Amino acid sequence: MINEIISMNGYGLYVWSAFIFTLISFTSLYVVTKMQFIKEKKKFIAKFGALSSKRASFARTQSTIKEILSNTSKI
Amino acid sequence: MFKYFEPSKFFSITSKAPKYVLILFVIVLTIGLIESLIFSPEDYKQSYSVRIMYVHVPAAWITLGIFSTITLLSIFGYIFKIKNFFLISKSLAPSGFIFNIIALVTGAIWGKPTWGTWWAWDARITSMLILALFYLMYLLSWRIYQDKEKVYKITSIICILGIINVPIIKYSVDWWHTLHQPASINILSKSTIHSSMLFPLMIMTAAFALFSLLIFLMKYNTELIKIKNKGLDRL
Repeated sequence: MINEIISMNGYGLYVWSAFIFTLISFTSLYVVTKMQFIKEKKKFIAKFGALSSKRASFARTQSTIKEILSNTSKI
Repeated sequence: MFKYFEPSKFFSITSKAPKYVLILFVIVLTIGLIESLIFSPEDYKQSYSVRIMYVHVPAAWITLGIFSTITLLSIFGYIFKIKNFFLISKSLAPSGFIFNIIALVTGAIWGKPTWGTWWAWDARITSMLILALFYLMYLLSWRIYQDKEKVYKITSIICILGIINVPIIKYSVDWWHTLHQPASINILSKSTIHSSMLFPLMIMTAAFALFSLLIFLMKYNTELIKIKNKGLDRL
């Protein structure tokens, strides 16, 4: 059974390489996108932390900023 | 109506959605992989090499769907001046490009055992390669041009030119005698594929669609945070 799944009548090399290529592409794109997201979020938190309290409280009134800050722990 | 496309309204949804989409994607992909690699039957002509179809065909469908969506959004965004449409398009493009590459590479892998060659300058394959070049031009434009108005204009032109290629891809197998086989699945007429093969194909298509949604959401959130970073610089 296992041998049949691996060899697939001699086509195993083609089938498995197509599936593995797809999964590697998926993983690479996911990792790159996630890293970009984390980088931008860290940049945002650093910039937000450097704001004066008056500017920070003004920025906090914007709904998107509120949302980013509320999800900070989930990076 | 267009006020509903405001990024702030979108962000409350897009910031929470990725984790749920990721879980759903992993579940659907696992089912799809089991179905396509273990339970799906062999083809009477192609034997088990037909299983490459379960990654090749969904990738090709989704790359075409994403490019069509990007074009529509770019045209509407340009006409109605909705910047968020450009942001959505920009976030959709990376997964569209990756799916295009997957379709080309898995097609080449499938070509070797069935046609005896990795590559042929066949109408379907060549037009898919041209689509990949349009995706590349689209993605590079966002990197090269800093002026927003200019990049909106250039990416819209790329999409309008690229969309001409989409019906060519679709009908190339009917218009010309190609090495590539005609479509086995038709929405308007009866499909020639057996249900035992159609089921894993649909599951894998759903998994691929979920993956493109996941990447879109993550990319869209990143783009919004980039905008907010620029906004903080101006404060």
